[in-house]
Amino acid sequence: MADQTTNTKAAEDGAGYWKANIRMIQISLVIWAVVSFGFGILLRPMLSGIEVGGTDLGFWFAQQGSILVFLALIFFYAWRMNKLDKEYGVEE
Amino acid sequence: MDQFTLNLLFVGASFALYIGIAIWARAGSTSEFYAAGRGVHPVTNGMATAADWMSAASFISMAGLIAFTGYDNSSFLMGWTGGYVLLALLLAPYLRKFGKFTVSEFIGDRFYSPTARMVAVICLIVASTTYVIGQMTGVGVAFGRFLEISNTSGLLIGACVVFAYAVFGGMKGVTYTQVAQYCVLILAYTIPAVFISLQLTGTPIPALGLFSEVSTGGESSVYLLQKLDQIVTDLGFASYTEAHKDTLNMVLFTLSLMIGTAGLPHVIMRFFTVPKVSDARWSAGWTLVFIALLYLTAPAVGAMARLNITELMWPNGTDAAAVSVETINSDERYDWMLTWQKTGLLDWEDKNGDGMIQYYNDGSDAMAEKAAANGWAGNELTKFNRDILVLANPEIANLPGWVIGLVAAGGLAAALSTAAGLLLAISSAVSHDLVKGAINPNISEKNELLSARIAMAVAIAVATYLGLNPPGFAAQTVALAFGLAAASIFPALMMGIFSKRVNNKGAVAGMLAGLIFTLVYIFLHKGWFFVAGTNSFPDTVSGSLFGIQSTAIGSIGALLNFAVAYGVSLMTEDTPQEIKDLVESVRIPAGAGDAVDH
Repeated sequence: MADQTTNTKAAEDGAGYWKANIRMIQISLVIWAVVSFGFGILLRPMLSGIEVGGTDLGFWFAQQGSILVFLALIFFYAWRMNKLDKEYGVEE
Repeated sequence: MDQFTLNLLFVGASFALYIGIAIWARAGSTSEFYAAGRGVHPVTNGMATAADWMSAASFISMAGLIAFTGYDNSSFLMGWTGGYVLLALLLAPYLRKFGKFTVSEFIGDRFYSPTARMVAVICLIVASTTYVIGQMTGVGVAFGRFLEISNTSGLLIGACVVFAYAVFGGMKGVTYTQVAQYCVLILAYTIPAVFISLQLTGTPIPALGLFSEVSTGGESSVYLLQKLDQIVTDLGFASYTEAHKDTLNMVLFTLSLMIGTAGLPHVIMRFFTVPKVSDARWSAGWTLVFIALLYLTAPAVGAMARLNITELMWPNGTDAAAVSVETINSDERYDWMLTWQKTGLLDWEDKNGDGMIQYYNDGSDAMAEKAAANGWAGNELTKFNRDILVLANPEIANLPGWVIGLVAAGGLAAALSTAAGLLLAISSAVSHDLVKGAINPNISEKNELLSARIAMAVAIAVATYLGLNPPGFAAQTVALAFGLAAASIFPALMMGIFSKRVNNKGAVAGMLAGLIFTLVYIFLHKGWFFVAGTNSFPDTVSGSLFGIQSTAIGSIGALLNFAVAYGVSLMTEDTPQEIKDLVESVRIPAGAGDAVDH
């Protein structure tokens, strides 16, 4: 009986951990898509009024901005997930 | 000391360094050969992965493609960096937790099917071989220039060097060698860019220089990009900063490069070599840091080189006389044109016999009138191979000789490191997965290493043969390889981790559908097995089968892979309980041990 309770609790924790992870991934991927496909390509005409160094913001996102955001995203995710590992007690 | 000796000195010294490190850290056992015993720190691993990743395509080819197209080729920049987000979030930590050596082992175990493993191996070999063809194109350009011989001879010599180099050691030798290569490569890329940025804008950081004002001498100031837009449109070329390609193709092409990045075996394999799951997450971040150093510089290199070249061809402005043939032959600022002419990748011809070389877009209607008025008989800078731009860049900007030597060494480092990493991935796929996994499970360690080396030799022979008549510029051929990886490997890996429902039949059907669809579509536009002239459709957006260019079709292939895999899985039986348990265990970091061999 005692074993079963622990197992169920572990399974619930595991499910909670995975759910939290999926949520992190979803948020990150929305940002990933918005800066590259959004600001860099599809939404560029809407950003054309904002000038950056002789061209517009969309051009900057396409050639530099998106790369900087990608970097921030990966480090944020790594930091957040390593914290989450400890919260749920699933770290190595 | 002349430039040739200086180049030889730089290239020779850098090679002595790599070979020295490879001998010092020579691979002993099979597990060291593939995964370096997992003792690699995330930062070191990130640097080595960056060197492995940044190939002839990134170093030699990409800035040239951006330079001559402008904004439309931003896809390369976003695609080849954005893929790391997918890799870090969707694959790397889970594959490290799984703890095997190769990508196909994961697919074979997760989809409990030797067939799935074999299909994955075939997908890996097809994508990697296409990738090596692109690398060999770059190797040919680099060797041709620095030995001052034709592109073809350069390619043949380069192929021998790549092979000798890859046979030397396994991943362990390669990991530390690649850290050295990264350092050479990034210095070689940024130093000339810093010089040029200072010359043009007074800003030492090229990435900022791109968006700065150029020094015009007078009191009026103009932004670099505005000046560039002005000068290229004056000559009838498409403007640099505006979008000209259709949006659908640009989105699909970017997506294909992103997904492909996360599906390439030689990159994924790197994440098996870090000690812990949390390190796999950091490692992807560090890799992108080191890649970003080059990728943030590349668009500046492209724009500044385009400006310099155009101004060299029109030294007194686009309304005055063009550069004369005599100046090209005598003025030392034009020496680079004479040296590059020897490779056969750059050429010019005084068509109208006026003693000057007019460089303009003779396909533009607006220019026809101006050309007629001035007696021009077409564009006289008849050949300018995009792949030479980065290597020629320091010479174009008239930088000191040691910078040119450094760039030659860096270009070779980029092409060699990736070619070596790819050959390793191909050889491990053949020896570990194909021979040991399917044909002869009891093979001795010695014979496994032998078959790995035979596989390398065959792969490089095929790549060299096709590299002699490549399907495109280095970065374009490499883009095709990404499309193939995107359509076949990435969806299978992602579904293997994020779905418990996708079963063996679904995965096999999905991978085959994605690979065959993409490969056939590419062959229909690029020629069967890349043999020129055997294509059924012209390789242009308007002439293509679905209005999608062959380099962008990988994203459609990936969608097809997902759809077929889910469809077939839902129509067939559920996955067994032990596979559901396997997926559960891969999802949490706890309990990750060392890798186990089969």
